[in-house]
Amino acid sequence: MTEMSFPKSRPLNLSRRGFLSGTAGLVLATALPLRPARGQEAAPEAGPPVPLFLQIRPDGTAVLQSPFIEGGQGIYTALTQIVGEELDLDPAVFEVVPAPPGAPFDVMGGFRFTGGSSSVRTSYDLMRRLGATGRAMLVEAAAEQLGVPVSELSTRPGVVVHEASSREIGYGDLSGAAMELAVPAEVSLRDPSEFRWIRAGLKRLDIRDKSTGQAKYAIDVEVEGMLSAAVQHAPRLGLGPASVTNLAEIEAMRGVHSVHLLDGAVAVVADRFWQARRAVEAAEVEWQETEAEWPLPADFSSAGYREQLLALEGPGLQVEAEGDAEAALAGAETVIEAVYGAPFLAHGQLEPPSATARFNADGTLDLWLPNQAPEMFLGAAAETAGIAPDKVTIHSQMLGGFFGRHFLYRTANPFPQAIRLAKATGRPVKLVWTREEEFLRDAVRPMGTARFRGAVLADGTLALSAEVLGEGPTGRWYKAPAGEDSSAHEGISGKPYAIPNRRIGHVYAANPAVIGYWRAVGHSMHDYFYESFLDELAEAAGRDPYELRKELVAGSPRHATLLAEVETLSGGWQRGPYQAEDGTTLARGVAMASPFGSEVATMAEVSVEGGSIRVHRIWVAIDPGSIVNPAIIEAQVQSAVALGLSQTLVEEHVYEDGAPVARNFDSYDILRPDQMPEVKVAIVESGAKMGGIGEPGLPGVGPAVVNAAAALTGRRFRTLPLSGHDLSAG
Amino acid sequence: MQLKVNGTLRDVDVEPDTPLLWVIREELGLTGTKYGCGIAQCGACTVLVDGQPTRSCITPAEMAEGAEIRTIETVEDTETGRKVVEAWVEHQVPQCGYCQSGQVLAATALLTGTSAPDDADIEAAMANLCRCGTYNKIRAAVRAASEA
Repeated sequence: MTEMSFPKSRPLNLSRRGFLSGTAGLVLATALPLRPARGQEAAPEAGPPVPLFLQIRPDGTAVLQSPFIEGGQGIYTALTQIVGEELDLDPAVFEVVPAPPGAPFDVMGGFRFTGGSSSVRTSYDLMRRLGATGRAMLVEAAAEQLGVPVSELSTRPGVVVHEASSREIGYGDLSGAAMELAVPAEVSLRDPSEFRWIRAGLKRLDIRDKSTGQAKYAIDVEVEGMLSAAVQHAPRLGLGPASVTNLAEIEAMRGVHSVHLLDGAVAVVADRFWQARRAVEAAEVEWQETEAEWPLPADFSSAGYREQLLALEGPGLQVEAEGDAEAALAGAETVIEAVYGAPFLAHGQLEPPSATARFNADGTLDLWLPNQAPEMFLGAAAETAGIAPDKVTIHSQMLGGFFGRHFLYRTANPFPQAIRLAKATGRPVKLVWTREEEFLRDAVRPMGTARFRGAVLADGTLALSAEVLGEGPTGRWYKAPAGEDSSAHEGISGKPYAIPNRRIGHVYAANPAVIGYWRAVGHSMHDYFYESFLDELAEAAGRDPYELRKELVAGSPRHATLLAEVETLSGGWQRGPYQAEDGTTLARGVAMASPFGSEVATMAEVSVEGGSIRVHRIWVAIDPGSIVNPAIIEAQVQSAVALGLSQTLVEEHVYEDGAPVARNFDSYDILRPDQMPEVKVAIVESGAKMGGIGEPGLPGVGPAVVNAAAALTGRRFRTLPLSGHDLSAG
Repeated sequence: MQLKVNGTLRDVDVEPDTPLLWVIREELGLTGTKYGCGIAQCGACTVLVDGQPTRSCITPAEMAEGAEIRTIETVEDTETGRKVVEAWVEHQVPQCGYCQSGQVLAATALLTGTSAPDDADIEAAMANLCRCGTYNKIRAAVRAASEA
């Protein structure tokens, strides 16, 4: 699991330098603790600051400040279900807005981010208490107004009721007085058996606006008097502009305001974005080597980097072990060895990154931008602007897809450029990166590789040794030391199987490319490596891969239940190949994953069509412990399956000569509508600690598909994407 | 030049080859039409030009002169458009929502021309990309709208 948290006792140093080097205060945990809100920690006698989070308008509708950003995962709706349940207010009457940086919205302990599939599970307790406390305040205000004791009052949605006198007052009429009251320290929460909205598949709040073009994203921001900007990045990271040789020509183009040489880029500011873009693309730039912190070597290539990784010597730092894998393997009759690999990947969120910056007359800065971690962006923006953090206002925007794209990544966020351009022009500036500039500077999912050795021993148990090679994003951005960076090995470590002799090692090697978080992070590739290799072991031992997994989780009722559930969902396990009614030859594969606090079992059904793998059906059983909205969970699993399938079938970001080759969707394939299989989802509520939802549906897809493809073709595909393999070769 | 957008003639002062997308977004302030790739790969910029789904990011504004241009902002002005939006809401299609203006307009164009599309019609007409992978819900919503 990739999760981050900061210790409550130490304030986060928000400066960029502090962020990168002064991370002694940063704790990387393998599990994000469900901690109470910060205010409660500091002063346990006080309740949550209801008036800061919640505003009830005179008409009885409510505005909720969300610590988390909506980007399609349904967090706004889920929060209204949790708060509304305890507040006794219909979730449909809420408006949810992104909360500004800082207290009291830094609910992870002086910090928060939208990622790691952690929004609901980290704030569930706080949001319930927030709603319950708000309700208590409304009831107390009603008691004063009606002159009756609190004990005689009850509520129904949006209304406080005094049954004895048949009087009632709407929340909207009470909120003014209620929000002036002291916040009670202790409130009682609803019994879960009485939940009406938590666990219900309520419709999302943002759907109609998103179906009618009314939803606004960062790219749609308009500020009075603003100019628009476009950039041309240096073809390779580490180069910077020496000059624009046709400067006069560019400056004379229609609408152009000014031309700027930035770190690693040339920018044109114009009246309109299209004018800026046309001009900057016409700019003839002389590039030169600069003193860049992370230059990409001129000869860097993904193929070369893969060779470098494969040349690394094991066994690496031990990150997980039980028994004695080496001794067990030494005594095995047959040892299976395999090397797996997965490529760099682009995020490809459909909204290109943008940022709008405005310096105000009083020296303050307003910034409108997509982000998954407002406190971090605030600190970095202040440093870029050379002003104190309290002079910066961050306006977080709804995200047009994110998948990990909008964390703070040096060289990969447009806002520093927007700030410099606003400063240079003395005007508000909206900067949009074209898709081409985005592909050039995206912080990519790292290329990964792993070496496996394994055996099924005479006593029927397994022995396994795995070496994961490379660097994870948490090591890069949060200085997690090698061996303690779960993002570098999760999905090979943390598996649910009872393997008495095993060792997982991580061989760290710095990645020259700018790497980032991508949906499911390390799990996005590591579970594929592991689960495919597990099928290799099963095959070598003549075992059915589903039966073998059942045996390996027999001691864990939670996992055994999930495997049974996905089998039921799929109508029964059969590996195949077998014939469909229409004569198509099909086969199935199975995989398990334990990502982000949830447990998942996945099955896939595939055929070969026109020389490539066609995926017909995917079945996913997911156990997040307990749930808030089953409809959103189903949608998130569908979405995670689509992205998982996309990278399994077609995605690959190739670097040559120090730069990515693909610059747009014409040269970087993503899953098309006609490649989307039927997806069926079963939700299991085991009652275990609440887990994540946004990412866990992804990791099982690759291995289930590859295992099915192996059953069908007899070939084992040890690198992705499958489009890179010639299936017609047989 | 003059462009007829959502039933109203609008004067715009742009270079004739400015893509229709940027005229709609920047000159007319209709931001429901989205920029995704700029090279007609993703379809986020889809608008209707004389009823035909058109990738506005590569359509020069001058080519749309004299045509009826409809953007997502007025999709509910037609009965088919209303049905599509209702189906989108009923089936809870969007996730991040960024591609959905284009998806809704593509569906509206399909159902305006073909009231009872079969699977092949839907597959051919609904080719816009969605990075959130809402494809199954899109299909279900198109079918529902065609039956409404």
